Amino acid sequence: MAKTTEMERNMSLGDLSHEDLLDELERTRWRRYWKQIKKSWPIYVMLIPVLLFFYFFRYRPIGGILVAFKNYDNYSITIGESNFYGLYAFKYLIIGPQANQFWQAFRNTFTLSAYGLFFGFPIPIILALFFSEIRNETYRSVTQIITYLPRFISTVVITSLIALMLYQGNNIQSPGVLNEMLANLGVIEAGTPMMAKPEYFRSVYIISDIWEGAGYGSIVYFAAIMAISPTNYEAAKIDGANKLAQIRYVTLPGMAPTLTIMLILRIGSILSIGYEKVLLLTGGLGQNVLKNAEVISTYVLRLGGLWTSAGATGINLAAAADMFNSFIAMFLVLGANFISRRVSDTSLF
Amino acid sequence: MKRLDRSELIFKIIAYVLVTAFALTTLYPFIYSISMALSGENAINQGQVVLWPVDIQFDAVLSLIIGANARNFWIAYTNTLFYTFYGTAFSMILSIFAAYALSRRNLVFKRQIGFLIVFTMWFSAGLIPTYINYREMMVNNRWGIIYGFGVQAFNILLLRNYFNGISREIEEAAIVDGANEFQVLTNVYLPMSKSALATITLFYALNRWNGYFWNMRLVQGPEHPLQVILRGILENATNTDIVTEYPYSEFSLVYAAIVLSIIPIVVIYPYLQKYFARGVNVGGVKE
Repeated sequence: MAKTTEMERNMSLGDLSHEDLLDELERTRWRRYWKQIKKSWPIYVMLIPVLLFFYFFRYRPIGGILVAFKNYDNYSITIGESNFYGLYAFKYLIIGPQANQFWQAFRNTFTLSAYGLFFGFPIPIILALFFSEIRNETYRSVTQIITYLPRFISTVVITSLIALMLYQGNNIQSPGVLNEMLANLGVIEAGTPMMAKPEYFRSVYIISDIWEGAGYGSIVYFAAIMAISPTNYEAAKIDGANKLAQIRYVTLPGMAPTLTIMLILRIGSILSIGYEKVLLLTGGLGQNVLKNAEVISTYVLRLGGLWTSAGATGINLAAAADMFNSFIAMFLVLGANFISRRVSDTSLF
Repeated sequence: MKRLDRSELIFKIIAYVLVTAFALTTLYPFIYSISMALSGENAINQGQVVLWPVDIQFDAVLSLIIGANARNFWIAYTNTLFYTFYGTAFSMILSIFAAYALSRRNLVFKRQIGFLIVFTMWFSAGLIPTYINYREMMVNNRWGIIYGFGVQAFNILLLRNYFNGISREIEEAAIVDGANEFQVLTNVYLPMSKSALATITLFYALNRWNGYFWNMRLVQGPEHPLQVILRGILENATNTDIVTEYPYSEFSLVYAAIVLSIIPIVVIYPYLQKYFARGVNVGGVKE
């Protein structure tokens, strides 16, 4: 019975005008969706857990941004129980009593990222160029495996190694193996407590970042170099190009799309410095080193009382600082992504 | 063998030298850690350990495995194994399901659901609201850590792109043979995506194994994973007030704990390396 009516309808569809056909499609839209869903219901069942996760742990917290506008001052009350304070927290941070610390953290975030970009960006590229020169497959994969490794080691271990090798503390005679090496080279005075001195923080952070990430970072460039056809090099050689000219006129143009995307994405994430490494490098070292080390995310955690057990000094201030930062960061990421899509037809999203 | 001209030869030599130097620099702290873990107290105090162990002792390592510090260390170690095993399994199941569903052409509201997931890569609520939410969602025990840190949008997209690249013909053949959606996923898609699966398993497992901050913040002492305990051992060693009563240097203990904590990674990672070097390039995630 149902079948015949459907057949009748199908047959009559042929007689409909273009507009009526669109109307008919619009009218039966939900029915068609429902049929579709019933037909392949397992894929909708598969989506349920992940949608629940994204709701409870990615979207639900967004409501919590309200605390930036409230006098929420301890975690044992619910957000609903606190009163609205308006833009008080933002004023307090941006032009009020906290302005010095807030803008210092903002500047440090930017400076640390910019230095990281300037010194850290070219090194994986150079490393990838060198890897591509190594034709002995075994030697190349062994060195690659070794240089990727630190990327897989925890921040706790990495920062412990940095801290111990640079300065082991006051209750031991030897200041630490790297401390001694640097003193022998005349870079520092023997026995300087490097971790506690603000002037060394940026170098320590960036050099260790390069040590940690250059190998892993070279993967994507290495793939781009290997994709360049060898005949291009042959042609360049016939034209009399030496190695540097080959790099300049064959390799770099060949990997230009990859370079562009990576650079743009890196610029887009210039305001997102992870908190874990900074916290662990500066933990227990007092206020002095924070002059150069405090970034927005660590500032937020300290104000919000999430790092030490000392308690929160301003949860709403912390939330406001975080919100300010994440909005600027979001526009940077979206902007970078948009430009990347424009220039290279490739984008992250 | 092709003939190399002078500049090419020089560049090749420079490449070999610098790559070797960089690899040795990378390796050095790990070898140094092993040496420090095994060196005698006086040698460490006087800074005699530079590369190889001096005055070898095994007391520091043994104290973590069977001695005075073993109890707390193994509790933390088994906690980390728990978080890594169940956490990775949970994350993988959710990610595989989501990626598979999103790779279906006939998924209703495909664009909208995809956007909901991608949006979390652009914007996050921030640290304080996230913390408040974790408190409200009872993420304060072992299982809370498992379900509260499930999935990363990036890994879902990575896997979905990989699934999208798989030819439809085999799938259609399976459907003709009467396979349902689950069977298509487990018998066609999963076996054909080994490198992508290995890559994101590695990413998830490493996140769990290496996780520090939220574990430290959200769960209590006996449920703390290895990284939190490791940090505690480090702080003890560098704290000036504590006088060591052990027959080995306090620093040997830190290095021994570091070495024991990274052994599983160093052992497993070279086997997965060939997959992820391939899998990472699957990227170029596109919406």
